[in-house]
Amino acid sequence: MGTQHSASHSTTTSAHGHSEHHVTPFDVYVKVAAALFALTFLTIGAHSIREHLQPFAAVIAFSIATVKAYLVVAFFMHLKYETNINRAIFVSGFLFLALLFIICTLDIYTRVSQSSVL
Amino acid sequence: MSTNRTINGVEVAMHFKDDVHQYSSNKEGIWLFMATEILMFGGLFVGYTIYHTMYPEMFAEGAKYLDWKLGFVNTLVLILSSFTMALGIYFNQKNQPKKAVLALAATLLCGAIFMVIKYFEYTHKFHLGIYPGQMLNLDLVKPEHANLGLYFGFYFCMSGLHGIHVLLGMGMITWVMIRTMRGEFHSNYYTPVEGVGIFWHIIDLIWIFLFPLLYLVG
Amino acid sequence: MSSAVAGKNYLNESSGLWSWLTTLDHKRIGVMYFITVMFFFLVGGIMALLLRLELFTSNTGVGTSFLAQLPNVIKGDANPADLYNRVMTYHGAIMVFMVIVPGIPAILGNFFLPLQIGAKDVAFPRLNLLSWYCLMAGAILAFATLFFNKIDTGWTFYTPYSIRTGTSVVMMVLAVFIMGMSSILTGLNFIVTVHKLRCPGMTMYRIPLFVWALYSTAIIQVLATPILAITLLLLTMERIFGIGIFDPKLGGDPVLFQHFFWFYSHPAVYIMILPAMGVISELMTTFTKKTISGYTAIAYSSLGIAAVSFFVWGHHLFVSGQSEIAGIVFSFLTMLVGVPTAIKMFNWLATMYRGSIEFTAPMLYALGFLFLFAIGGVTGIMLAVVPVDVHFHDTYFVVAHFHYVMVGGTLMAIMGGFYYWFPKMFGKMYHEGSAIWSWVFIFIGFNVTFFPQFILGAKGMPRRYFDYIPEFQQLNRISTMGSWLIGIGFVIGLITLVRAYKKGAIAPDNPWGGKTLEWTTSTPPPHDNFAVEPIVNAGPYEYK
Repeated sequence: MGTQHSASHSTTTSAHGHSEHHVTPFDVYVKVAAALFALTFLTIGAHSIREHLQPFAAVIAFSIATVKAYLVVAFFMHLKYETNINRAIFVSGFLFLALLFIICTLDIYTRVSQSSVL
Repeated sequence: MSTNRTINGVEVAMHFKDDVHQYSSNKEGIWLFMATEILMFGGLFVGYTIYHTMYPEMFAEGAKYLDWKLGFVNTLVLILSSFTMALGIYFNQKNQPKKAVLALAATLLCGAIFMVIKYFEYTHKFHLGIYPGQMLNLDLVKPEHANLGLYFGFYFCMSGLHGIHVLLGMGMITWVMIRTMRGEFHSNYYTPVEGVGIFWHIIDLIWIFLFPLLYLVG
Repeated sequence: MSSAVAGKNYLNESSGLWSWLTTLDHKRIGVMYFITVMFFFLVGGIMALLLRLELFTSNTGVGTSFLAQLPNVIKGDANPADLYNRVMTYHGAIMVFMVIVPGIPAILGNFFLPLQIGAKDVAFPRLNLLSWYCLMAGAILAFATLFFNKIDTGWTFYTPYSIRTGTSVVMMVLAVFIMGMSSILTGLNFIVTVHKLRCPGMTMYRIPLFVWALYSTAIIQVLATPILAITLLLLTMERIFGIGIFDPKLGGDPVLFQHFFWFYSHPAVYIMILPAMGVISELMTTFTKKTISGYTAIAYSSLGIAAVSFFVWGHHLFVSGQSEIAGIVFSFLTMLVGVPTAIKMFNWLATMYRGSIEFTAPMLYALGFLFLFAIGGVTGIMLAVVPVDVHFHDTYFVVAHFHYVMVGGTLMAIMGGFYYWFPKMFGKMYHEGSAIWSWVFIFIGFNVTFFPQFILGAKGMPRRYFDYIPEFQQLNRISTMGSWLIGIGFVIGLITLVRAYKKGAIAPDNPWGGKTLEWTTSTPPPHDNFAVEPIVNAGPYEYK
C-alpha cells in the first residue's frame, strides 16, 4: 500500500520536479491574515453586545474561534496541501480528546444527577 | 554519517531513498508530534470545560478579574506572528534568505511582545493577591465564590503552559533564523523552518481558543 | 554478505564506550536498552522478592526486619508498614514505567523492526537515541527519590493522597513525565518507520506480525501518553500551588484524576501486552515450521486491541465513585477486548495444529505464554463484570490477574524473544539445556506464586497491605516460596545469556529456519543491516 504510494511519488517527482514542495502564493497568506484579524475584531464586537446575544454568546465566540483555527491549520500549517495520512494523524488528536471529554462528562453528569457533588 | 549523500542539494541520510522521501518522512514525524501537543493541551481544555459547567457563576466571576483588552492585543500579536512565520517559510521556499530572516525576526519580536504583555498581566494579578488555587487571597472574594482559586488554577496552568511553549518556540525560531542566515536552507530543503513553523502555529491555534475561553466566556 | 566476509558488523564496527553512547544505530540503541532495562528489572525483581518475604508470615515478618537492617539507604523507615508501602510503590513504578512499557518495543522493537521491514534504520535515529537518554534521565530522577523522602503512593499516584503525603511525589512524577517522552518518541519513530521505510515489495500486508504489533503499540504510545503528561503536570502543580483541580477542598474532583490517569494507563496495559503478542506470533510460526494461520486476522486484531483499549479505562473506577451508568458502559466495552484477543489465541492454536513443533526454549516460553495469558485474560473478563469486581476489587485476585497478564504474558514473551533473537543480536548460540531449565523454574515458580493469590483474593485478602490475618498464612507461604523459584529461574536465564555471550558457539545466519527478513542478513548484522537492499515478493511466513 504505502510502498506503491511512495513509488508513485518518485514518478511524479521525476516528471514535475519537486511536487512535494507545495508553495502557497503570497497573496493567499495576506488574505488569510486579513481574515484572521477581521474575525478577531468580530469576536470582540460580538463580546461587546453579548447581553443581546445570550444564550448564544459563547457559541458564537467558539464558532468564530473554530473558523480561525481552520484558517490557521489549513493555510498557515499547509494541512490543506498535506497527505491524507498527515491529516488523519492531526485529526486523530482531536478525536481522542473528544473521547476523553465525552466519557468523563458521561460519568460526572450521570453522577451529579444521582447525588450532588457539592 | 559517512554514508549520507547529497541529492538535489539536500543531505540525505542513508536510510532514505532521496530528498523527497526524507522530507515526507520528517513531515509525518512533525505532524505526529503536533497530535501529541494537541492532546496534552486538550487535557486542560477538557478539565476546564467540565469544571466550567459545574461552577458557571464562579468561572464568570473569575473572568471579571481578567482584562480582555490585553488578551485581545495578544491575540492580534500572535496572529501577526503566525503570518510572519508563514512568510519565513515562504521566503525560504523562494530562495530569498534575507527576507526570510526579516520575517523570522518579526515573528520573534511578536513572541517577545506577547510575553511582555503576559508578564504585566501576571505581575498585576500577583500584586492584587490573585494566585492559583489555595494561594488566592480570599479577602478579595465573595463568600459564595470561595473556590475561585480553581478558576485561577486553570488560568495560570493554561496560560502558563502556553507561555512556556511560546518561549520554546522563540528559542527554536532563533535557531532556524541563524541557520537561515548561514544560508543552509533553499527551495529543496527547509524542513526545520517548516517544523518550527507548524509548532508556532499550534501555539497560535491554542491561543485562539484560550482567548474566548478565559477572557470572554469565563 | 560482503560485510560478513570483511568481518565487520554493528558490534565491532567501532569501539569504546563513547561510540556506544553517541551511536545512532538502531541495533546498538536496542542493545543499550537491553542492558539498562534488564538492570531495572533486576532492581524491581529484588523488591518483589522482598515484598513476598515480608508476606511470608503474618504480623511483622522476617522480610521487614531484614529490610530494616539494611544500612543508610533505607534508614529512618523503621515502621514496617511504611517500609512495605514504599517498596511496593517502587516495585510497581519500576516494573511499569521502566521495564514493561519500554521492554519489548525499545529492546526487540528497536533492534528488529527495521530489520524485519528491510530498512537500514528507524526514520529518526537521533530521536531514537534521545529517547534512550530520556529514559535514563527519568530513571536517574526516579532512583534519586530513594535518597530523599521515599514515595509511598503506589505507582498510580492517586489523589488526594498524593497531594497530601509528605513524600517526594513531585520528583517521581517528573521522572515519569520524562520517561513518557521517551515512550512518545519511540512510538512516533516506529509509526513513521513502518509507513515510510519498508523495502521494495514490502506492502503493509507483508510486514511480519511483530511489526504489526509494534505499529499498533506505537499508535497507543503517541495518542495516550500526552494525557499522562498533562495529568502528571497538573498533579505537580497541585502539589506545588494547590491549584485545586483534583482537590475536593476547592471543588475539584479526585475521580477526574483517575479518569485522566487511566485514559493513559489502561491503553498502557496494551502497550505492555501487544508487542508480547507480536513476539508470540513470530515464535509460533517459526517453531511449528508452518505459515501462520490467519495473518490478516492477527494483524487487524492488533489494531482492534489498540482501538478498544481507549474505550475501557473506566473499569478501574468501578468502586471509585464513578457513576453506575458509566460503570455499566465500561463493563460492556471491557468485555469487547476479549474478541480480538481470542482471535489471536485461536489463530496461534490453529498455527500449531499439524505443524512440526520444535520444543526449543523460545517455543516453550511461547507455550507458557499461551497458558498463562489465557488465565490472565479470562480472569480479566471476570473482573470486567461490575458485581464481581465490586467483590474482588483491591484484593489479591486483581494482583494475581494482572501478574498473569504482565509477567505470565509479557515477561514470558520477552524471555522467549531474547532466546529467539539472541543469536542474531550477538552472533552466539546459548546453551539450550540451561535455557529450558530457566523456563521450568520460571513457569512452575510463577504458577506457585500467583495461583494461590487468586484463592486468597477470592477469600477476601486485600492487596497493598504489609500484613494479613493468620488464616491466610498457608497460601501466602506457598506464594512466597514460588517467588524464590521465579528468582532462581531468572538468575539461570541471566547466566545462560551471559555465558552464551562470552563462550557461546558461533551462531549461523539463520539458526531456526526463520522466514522473516532479519534472518536473511549476516549474523550479527552489518551497520547498515543488509549488504543488498532486500526485495520482497511474498508474505512473511511462506513455509511449505
